[in-house]
Amino acid sequence: MDLTVGPNAFFWTAEQQTELYAALETAPVDRVVLGEWVCSKRLPFYQDQIPHWISGLMEAGKQISLTSLALITLKRERKATAELLEMGVEVEVNDLTALAYIPAETPFSVGPLINVYNEGTLIWLAERGAKRICLPPELPLDSVRTLCKVAKDHGVIIEMWGHGRIPLAISGRCYHARLHGRTKDNCQFACEADPDGLDVQTLEGTPFLTMNGVQTLSDTYACAAHQLPLLREAGVGALRLSPQSVGFVDLCQSYRQLIDGKLTPDALTRTLQGIVPAQRLSDGFLTGQRGVDWSGSTSHI
Amino acid sequence: MPPTSQSIPQFPAHLARVLRVLPLAPLSLSLTAYARRVAKTHAGLFRRLGEHDHASFELAPTDMPFVLLLEPRGGDPKVTVTRRAPRADARIAGPLAALIGLVHGAYDGDALFFSRDLVIEGDTAAALALRNAVDDAELDLSEEIATLSGPFAAPMRRIVSFAQRRTGVCLTRPEDLAAW
Amino acid sequence: MVMEIVCPAGTPAALRAAVKAGAHTVYCGFADETNARNFPGLNFDRAEMREGVAFAHAHGSKVLVAINTYPRAGSEALWHRAVADAETAGADAVILADPGLLAYAARHHPGLRRHLSVQAAAANADIINFYAQAFGVKRVVLPRVLSVPEIAAINAETEVETEVFVFGGLCVMAEGRCSLSSYATGRSPNMNGVCSPASHVEYHEDQGVLDAKLGGYTIHRVGRDDPAPYPTLCKGCFTAGEKTNHLFEDPVSLNAEQLIPQLQKAGVTALKIEGRQRSRSYVAEVVKNFRAAVDAVDAGRPLPTGMLARLSEGQATTTGAYKKTWR
Repeated sequence: MDLTVGPNAFFWTAEQQTELYAALETAPVDRVVLGEWVCSKRLPFYQDQIPHWISGLMEAGKQISLTSLALITLKRERKATAELLEMGVEVEVNDLTALAYIPAETPFSVGPLINVYNEGTLIWLAERGAKRICLPPELPLDSVRTLCKVAKDHGVIIEMWGHGRIPLAISGRCYHARLHGRTKDNCQFACEADPDGLDVQTLEGTPFLTMNGVQTLSDTYACAAHQLPLLREAGVGALRLSPQSVGFVDLCQSYRQLIDGKLTPDALTRTLQGIVPAQRLSDGFLTGQRGVDWSGSTSHI
Repeated sequence: MPPTSQSIPQFPAHLARVLRVLPLAPLSLSLTAYARRVAKTHAGLFRRLGEHDHASFELAPTDMPFVLLLEPRGGDPKVTVTRRAPRADARIAGPLAALIGLVHGAYDGDALFFSRDLVIEGDTAAALALRNAVDDAELDLSEEIATLSGPFAAPMRRIVSFAQRRTGVCLTRPEDLAAW
Repeated sequence: MVMEIVCPAGTPAALRAAVKAGAHTVYCGFADETNARNFPGLNFDRAEMREGVAFAHAHGSKVLVAINTYPRAGSEALWHRAVADAETAGADAVILADPGLLAYAARHHPGLRRHLSVQAAAANADIINFYAQAFGVKRVVLPRVLSVPEIAAINAETEVETEVFVFGGLCVMAEGRCSLSSYATGRSPNMNGVCSPASHVEYHEDQGVLDAKLGGYTIHRVGRDDPAPYPTLCKGCFTAGEKTNHLFEDPVSLNAEQLIPQLQKAGVTALKIEGRQRSRSYVAEVVKNFRAAVDAVDAGRPLPTGMLARLSEGQATTTGAYKKTWR
């Protein structure tokens, strides 16, 4: 089982990202997806650094992909997406628009924000050149099992959301800007202050969601530790870890140890608790009644 | 016209007081007979209830001194009229005119709900299923009641026509568009 | 050419009401998880669909069948059957979102016209043209994230017809790309055809204060005189930072009636009304208004004044993303 580091969802400075990708060079992960996933307005702040991050990680032996945006509407976003290919690394499609620019049979990978729910779509993508698909986090284990079988026949590697706040929705509207009484065009980068997103609570004060500009994520950090044997048995080839601002490299190491059998799921969750105290975990999309459910022994660690 | 709180007629309180002494058992029997007729003539209504066809519904006209317990029982329906709120899976409450207007398709359930002329409690999915099934059935209560027989038929017809005259409650299905 | 009014029908009675009220086109779905309004008591069985299509055709209206959820792995046959049955019933087109299902329909039912559902959230000309090329899509229902100038720009770059929502419930998230509902309830638009499902809604009224919960989360609380909201997740009331408010969207519904002339100038072919869960009286009322509006625009007359706010959720309306400041 491989480990993939997903694209950073939040608005970090170029320095924060440089630090992350430098640290990942020596981390026990196999693959790193970089680039802007959420909001095209963030790109100019660090775009020129991306080639440096890529070359450093490549020299360290990591496989690299560049993500497309999750929602492409504007002309400059279409242009930026078309230009992704020119970087010479594999593109991870997170809005099908990117496919319009990828020549037939050029290999690409598919990110968790593409709706791959069934065999038909998987096969269509495979015939179009998909080599690796990170399935939508919403998928239940039964679907994962079915899709892994089909993927194997088509030479596609299946990846699952392993750890991190779950991307639940993308919008044309920026909620951070709205919260500050601004429009998206005049957002003044309100999301910059929240390196792991902004907590959103229900009227009872229960933590529920996380606001990240145009993206909405779960409050809980997904953690597939307890499902690892099931995912392995299903034929899942990689787990995706989503960057967080604190202790991410330690987290990668812990997941590596879990996969290698050197750490139990409970020990892993204790480690996670040490990294981000009072965080809530979930794994309900895979085996629970609903996404927010957690199958671990402690409900709120 | 779409409803607002102002536009939904209330059943006059003095008439409601008269109904307080009404014997309920015959009313229950008549309504059950009516519901069974509907089950025959509009079998689709009960099919539409799907998994909710064995739920129980309290229909509570807030301007009347009694409530109805509707049990579809998978197409063998039973209606009980009671003075006290029964135990039911779902409760739909509102002025009699709103409830009847819903049945006749004169009002939209969502609009009545948003304006709080209609209150839904309990199993919301069952309540929605009932509302949607009834909306599709295109029932006409006064026409159906006109064909009722039995000991309670005549007084019921009198009550209905009296109530309609006095309140403007929509007891007859509105005519289709003139252009049609 | 007069703009096409595309109307919802959750039941055969609503379909007839829409046709009688002047709908050019009606859209509906089968009573199962193949369509995105898989609500209790709604939708059409096979016989009802055949009769509905026959009724519409007899009166000069068209019927589109929405098969716009994402087929479940291992159960694709249910969706394939829906496409075949829509064609047998005489549907004028199917509205699809899933690429796999589009590929299937293009291959096995090439004569059946294919529309791209809003659930595919195709938000720019490149992807729309891609869908046209890959699957022969003739019309796209645009996601509710675009402004009128952006819609005009799309129409300038594509031959595919565009259909836009003008009235009814409003998704603030890109459609088909939202898992909020399954996160909180286990049931989602993409997989089950439901969002914030009634089966997980609880209302509690205490001395006039109405609480609405979804999946156990209280996301609405209104006073005695306020309109009652349905606890749709993206329109809930939440706290973030120091603020407690409708952080994603207010409980408003879309009413773009006044934008019809601009949408026509932007090259839009069809105007879509949301609301397969609404009653036949609502459908008739809304259809009459919009039919009058497009007829007026076509004849160069001023628009009739809006009559529709009272039929709207929370009784407040918005023009949504069509005006750029919404973002």
